[in-house]
Amino acid sequence: MSGDGTMTRSSTMSGERRLKLPAPNALVGGTLIAILLAAAGTGALWTPYDPLKLSFREKLVAPNALHWLGTDEFGRDVLSRLMAGAATSVWISILTVTLAVVMGTTIGLFSGYMRGWTDRVIMAFNDALLAFPGILLALGLLAVLGANKYGIIVALGIAYTPSVARVVRGTVLSLREREFIAASRVMGNGEGFTMLRHILPNCIAPLTVLATSMFGYVLLAESALSFLGLGVPPPAPTWGNMLAGSRPYIDQAAWLGIFPGLCISLTLLGINLLGDALRDKLDPRMRGSR
Amino acid sequence: MFRFALTRIGMALPTLLIVAVSVFVLIRLIPGDPAQLMLGDLATPASLADLRGRLGLDQSLPVQFGIWFGHVLHGDFGQSISSQQAVLPLILQRFAVSAQIVLVAVLLASLFAVPAGVIAAWKQDSSLDIGLVSAATLLLSIPTFWLGLLLLLFFGLKLGWLPVVGYVSIAENAKAGLLYLIMPILTLFLHEMGVILRMARASTLEVLRLDYITHARAKGLSESAVLWRHAFKNAFGPTWTLIGLVLGNLLGGIAVVETVFTIPGLGRLLVDAIFARDYPVIQGCMLFVAFTYVLVNLVIDLCYPVFDPRVTAQ
Repeated sequence: MSGDGTMTRSSTMSGERRLKLPAPNALVGGTLIAILLAAAGTGALWTPYDPLKLSFREKLVAPNALHWLGTDEFGRDVLSRLMAGAATSVWISILTVTLAVVMGTTIGLFSGYMRGWTDRVIMAFNDALLAFPGILLALGLLAVLGANKYGIIVALGIAYTPSVARVVRGTVLSLREREFIAASRVMGNGEGFTMLRHILPNCIAPLTVLATSMFGYVLLAESALSFLGLGVPPPAPTWGNMLAGSRPYIDQAAWLGIFPGLCISLTLLGINLLGDALRDKLDPRMRGSR
Repeated sequence: MFRFALTRIGMALPTLLIVAVSVFVLIRLIPGDPAQLMLGDLATPASLADLRGRLGLDQSLPVQFGIWFGHVLHGDFGQSISSQQAVLPLILQRFAVSAQIVLVAVLLASLFAVPAGVIAAWKQDSSLDIGLVSAATLLLSIPTFWLGLLLLLFFGLKLGWLPVVGYVSIAENAKAGLLYLIMPILTLFLHEMGVILRMARASTLEVLRLDYITHARAKGLSESAVLWRHAFKNAFGPTWTLIGLVLGNLLGGIAVVETVFTIPGLGRLLVDAIFARDYPVIQGCMLFVAFTYVLVNLVIDLCYPVFDPRVTAQ
């Protein structure tokens, strides 16, 4: 009886598992990120108004039927600027994460595969760079590169490279002792081929988790740098520089400060929730530990 | 214990040296004459020649680094181009302002978030746990520069309870100084509470799943004894490390909060120096913050054996 009962219960459970909806954090996080990507995609091609067009007759207009999120001190439509800003922020974040992943993977693969002194010297420098808080290193690099869109991409890309290199190197060190790598060598494959064909694809899972959380850090860092005036220079809109521009008017036009901040917060919330869901999925031990 | 401390300090020294090399190389990457960069546009030929000699610019790059690092070790970080003040006293003065905000905020956040995280883990999946974790995730998703702006809008402008712009040193006027510090501290406190609570909860959950906890429960110990006497000590390690990282990161990232509340701290000094192309100050700030970051993490590591003696055995 009990055996039958267990069988029935477990088969019902597996049925439930197949039909199970995504976890709430994945659902909310995914929705928020989907909205961000849709807004960024649309903002790159179309906005309700020209985000750069000045209209002094309509300056500091509160949200209304024509301008859903109001206008700024130059009469520019806030919604249009937020959409264009989303496109800029997402584009900068994608390029930065790609740069950090490419550089970090190259360094991590090389260092982990070579081992010995090469590995020790590279990792000593890598760890020293990790000793800089990410944003500080980016600030220092911006002082050298100049504060603009490309300066931000390169500065943040370099600042986040050491974390990627560490993760990739760790994965390579554990992989290179495995049988399939020895088998590849025995088959007569060169070191480079083994590295690219057998080791690199196995680094993709940890890199995906890292890149997801890094996207959030980069977006936040980009907004913070733009807020400080070291990011994309005005009049081009980014959420950070819109927030910075709102400070003198915060008393009379609170919407100028509220909406860009809300956009950054909801995006970060989406990324955090998605990151939690991804970690739960990949590490069932931590399920529910959020 | 002594050997552990010695090993850990020995490990930090090469890191400090490479950090110094990185900062030196970073500034040397800027095209142009380093002496001209350090003295600015108003430099006279005589002062340029003098500085070139002092920096050893006619020598090889490693020798130049040696000369520069020798000056740094003697506390000579150069002179600010814009204010003509010595860089180190300027940094220390601004650091005192930033440090009081960061230390108080992180201390308060830890005092609230660590017990809250442990309790959330203990009551896993209860409504209390879900509420605490949701609040923490929300708090850490709000960037400090927006949170600060919202607090400023509400407590400063709408309610008029707290001063909006400016800074008064506590040493000059304790009451006014305190009023100016409340909002920046509250901003960092709320944000870091989210970060620390999640870590405290996650590390406690990890420990609560271990066999020795089941054993402690099986012995008939009360839940509070299991939680605080057995689980907490082992679970606190990762949170303690995170607190160190948070402290260091805040020193690098406090510029945004100082910008919101117009506080003359270290972060603002660095950002203003970047705008003014005041390279001696940029170099000094970067070196100072990175050194502080390494030292804070060193102190955190040295304190580790207090609650986890296994560390010294390793």
